[in-house]
Amino acid sequence: MNQTLNLTVDADGIALITIDVQGRPMNVITPEFAQELRAATARLATDAAIRGAVITSSKADFMAGADLKWLLASMAGIKDAASAMAFAWPLNDLYRKLELCGKPLVAAINGTALGGGLELALACNYRVAADNPQTRIGLPEVLVGLLPGAGGTQRLPRMIGVRDALQIIVEGTHLTVHEALAKKIVDKVVAPDQLIATARQWILDGGTAGQPWDGKNFKVPGGAGGLDPRAAQIFMGGTALVSKRTQHNYPAPIAIMSAVYEGTQVPMDTGLKIESRYLASLLLSPVTRNMTRTLFVNKVAAEKLVRRPEGIEKSKVGTLGVLGAGMMGAGIAYISARAGMQVRLLDTSLDKAEKGKQYSEKLVAKDIERGRSSAAKGAELLGRIKPTTDYQDLALCDMVIEAVFEDRAIKADVTRKTEGVMPKTAVFASNTSTLPITGLAEASARPDQFIGVHFFSPAEKMPLVEIIVGKKTSPATLARALDYVQQLKKTPIVVNDGRGFYTSRVFGTFTNEGMTLLAEGVNPALIENAAKQAGLPVGPLAVLDEVTMELVYHVTQQTKRDLGTSYQEASGWPVIKKMAEDLKRLGKRYGQGFYDYPADAKKRLWPELSKHFPLAKTQPDLAEVQKRLLYIQALETARCMEEGVLTEAADGDLGSILGWGFPPWTGGSLSFIDTVGTKEFVAECERLAKQYGPRFEPSTWLKARAASNMKFY
Amino acid sequence: MADAYVYDCVRSPRGRGKATGSLHEITPIQLSAQMLGALRDRNHLDTSLVDDIVFGCVSPVGEQGSVIPRVAALVADYAETVPGKQLNRFCASGLEAINTAAAQIMAGQSDLTIGGGVESMSRVPMGSDGGAWATDPAVAYKTYFAPQGIGADLIASMHGFSRQDVDAYACESQRRAGHAWKSGWFKNSVVPVRDILGEVVLDRDEHMRPQTTMEELSNLKAAFVQLGDEFGFDAVALQRYPQVEAINHVHTGGNSSGIVDGAAAVLLGSKEMGERLGLKPRARIRAFASIGSEPTIMLTGPAPSARKALKRAGMKASDIDLFELNEAFASVVMLFMQDMNIAHDRINVNGGAIAMGHPLGATGAMIFGTVLDELERRGAGTALINLCIGAGMGTATIIERVN
Repeated sequence: MNQTLNLTVDADGIALITIDVQGRPMNVITPEFAQELRAATARLATDAAIRGAVITSSKADFMAGADLKWLLASMAGIKDAASAMAFAWPLNDLYRKLELCGKPLVAAINGTALGGGLELALACNYRVAADNPQTRIGLPEVLVGLLPGAGGTQRLPRMIGVRDALQIIVEGTHLTVHEALAKKIVDKVVAPDQLIATARQWILDGGTAGQPWDGKNFKVPGGAGGLDPRAAQIFMGGTALVSKRTQHNYPAPIAIMSAVYEGTQVPMDTGLKIESRYLASLLLSPVTRNMTRTLFVNKVAAEKLVRRPEGIEKSKVGTLGVLGAGMMGAGIAYISARAGMQVRLLDTSLDKAEKGKQYSEKLVAKDIERGRSSAAKGAELLGRIKPTTDYQDLALCDMVIEAVFEDRAIKADVTRKTEGVMPKTAVFASNTSTLPITGLAEASARPDQFIGVHFFSPAEKMPLVEIIVGKKTSPATLARALDYVQQLKKTPIVVNDGRGFYTSRVFGTFTNEGMTLLAEGVNPALIENAAKQAGLPVGPLAVLDEVTMELVYHVTQQTKRDLGTSYQEASGWPVIKKMAEDLKRLGKRYGQGFYDYPADAKKRLWPELSKHFPLAKTQPDLAEVQKRLLYIQALETARCMEEGVLTEAADGDLGSILGWGFPPWTGGSLSFIDTVGTKEFVAECERLAKQYGPRFEPSTWLKARAASNMKFY
Repeated sequence: MADAYVYDCVRSPRGRGKATGSLHEITPIQLSAQMLGALRDRNHLDTSLVDDIVFGCVSPVGEQGSVIPRVAALVADYAETVPGKQLNRFCASGLEAINTAAAQIMAGQSDLTIGGGVESMSRVPMGSDGGAWATDPAVAYKTYFAPQGIGADLIASMHGFSRQDVDAYACESQRRAGHAWKSGWFKNSVVPVRDILGEVVLDRDEHMRPQTTMEELSNLKAAFVQLGDEFGFDAVALQRYPQVEAINHVHTGGNSSGIVDGAAAVLLGSKEMGERLGLKPRARIRAFASIGSEPTIMLTGPAPSARKALKRAGMKASDIDLFELNEAFASVVMLFMQDMNIAHDRINVNGGAIAMGHPLGATGAMIFGTVLDELERRGAGTALINLCIGAGMGTATIIERVN
């Protein structure tokens, strides 16, 4: 009995191959699928009663790409060129054998066809797609750090030309069926109920096997190779863009460019070999493994609430209270209403509360304008948000989140007032970004129902939610907070309490290192470029301008007061002090910070920075600056593991990438250490500590892990 | 080691390198053959004595392909015993051809050679030969390829040359070239190009705008903004130069070398051969050198190649009377002056490629003759000729007058 596909032959001799991978909501490529397709291919080639074949799916979608979990597990066994090629080649070879089986093949694309699913369709001689607005067509492998390795980089450019193919493959663009038709990726779009009949008819009408690219006089449409001026320009410009976008951190896009460039100048079979070789090179890259693990496998697991305590009944927030209608509270109100919740948005004056709702109004208007929402839907969403000043309005809330000013007394006050009215079963959450939850929970009558739910700004864009479990927070409260995050379709990580928790704490080491470099006289352009070229979204000085020196100054003062004698001055403090107190350059919002913000031009580093932070005679090289910026964050993440702020490496990695933009190519700040090698990482930290200060000193715990070569994964 | 002597230099006028340019109708084989013919006729050469012809050509494809100097020699009615070879060192090809031709003499393996170069940029456009460097993704990625203009603008950004600075340099180049032409200082070497009927097609450099003003120049649009910004080449360049915040695009068509058509040839020989032929040696090749430099900025090779050649010659920069550095872009020459501490009145004294154009494969041989003429006019002794080169190289040659 087949597990993944069925083959039936009708009276006209047309085989119908229906893909139906058992136990999966969507067809994905598994070892069983490959095995059964191989058998089907052999039958097509040898069974004289079969005249041609139609390939389709019995699920809503046609087929997606490889099963990433299987892929990740397989990557563990890929150690060298031979084993990488042994993994990369068979599917490519199989599709080629199918393509050459000698019978006309039609892909009847009933729904989404992505990655290896689309590549299967490309190996057919004709493609009919059902007119289905849900269908997505594309080769998104690049997004996981891979390339389409089952002929996608070879067949697509031969079909539609190098320019369009590169755009689709390098960017991982998804197309609708009509876009795919316009690009000539599918040959015909028909009503869903006509799909199979149309596919069969093409064969009955004399559709033949044999691909254009196997013909003698085949030329790649639009040209190929370095001597064709059209192609040469595409590759020249395309490579620069890849270089700019990846900053040389991601190997997949350039591998795709090369597979297409080299492969389209040689016969198909040679091109496929070249493609497999480039895929193999990616399978050997730690970047691919790290990205797949963190951004797909672990991200999906987090969204499926892998960290939810077991045995607690599933919950749902029907009505949410939000305290404080500032930027953060307003954002939380919007995303919660968008997810269908009733929202009570409370502030000290109705004016403020209504201003908070205006935030949603603006976003809704923008969505309607861009066709992403309708007037009716927008009105419904806004109707769910009720601005108020009356705590009694919180009486029916399943959960209340406070997003008031970062001041203990104010937070304690709103906690008491809320708990006075909200149901005894409700969860009280704080959106604080720095103040320890356990301390805040002291104001609560039900500290077991008190939890940290830390959103990132702007809430409607940032995918991460950091859940902070206080000392007394109960598993049920954690489960309910996670259920809420799932309602929002965001990605949760779960951390334990501590100053700055996880994300703010580690992010602080990044900005601090940037300021320390500046104080040492490192060229500010070098600092900023080093961060950006390492794959961080912006340089530390630019990000400080965004969060404002005012805030950094304030938080530092607060920490100083909180910690008293145990406070240790950070190495970047002199810079904060000088910028905030002496120079009054408080950040972007104030029109001046480390950067100038001219009205009519791009921001530029303040030319006088070097007057206040004189340039050192010898400048470090780029790699050293990058090392300091990345290592300090990774080291602080390790400290969070050591102290139990983090309990799972996956949370650390996800939080670092989704929370503050630690470079995705690393797979996260702990995968980074694994990739460098614990021993090498520790040795390098020791060198950095000697050279730049004790903040780089690795702990005994980490040194012990290095000694026994322990990894986080 | 034998000495290589320079006996004669000829060059064509430079035609605008487009379909409306005067030399567009003249094939590159004709340009080459006419220069070879001029060398023969001016020196009453028995061409069977020529051991080799080395020509530089940067796009040696199409009608510039198939070893153009050999075929040009046949077209010019040289003895069929004269071989030829074509070489490519990008913008320094013409100078490298002279060096290679001279080297055969210095090595004692040839007595009489011709070095030169040709490029009909209007007929065989730049880049016609393709190449892995810019277009093979793996190669362009690994070498951080960026077009030359980005490198020129990067040099300006790194050394604080403003738009006004580079325009001022360009303005002066135009003025000098105009003055030199007017004064007849190029007359000795420029050989008019003729059509098949023998009528003169062009007898002067037609790219020049000696009347240009700073104001005119300042109105030109920076040429490399789009390449830098939209195509992403600024970002690529900053990957190599992370100490630079942003690239200031200052180069325009007005302060960069012009695209033109042209050819040049230089007659070289041993002392004995000169005596046998009754030719008067004009100069001796003192030394030459080529180097590789960082390829993304690409255009910083002149100073290190000059230093290497000076070292070989046992000379200092102050021993050189005149410098001739190809004006690929204004910033290239400005950086060289700064680096080598050379006053503007000792370099490119009769203007350069910004005014007269840069026929890629020929330029090295053209400026070689230009500076030798000027040494003679001034009664000065030594000159250093060099060029910045694609993919990050530099080639320099030092000559010394012998009478």
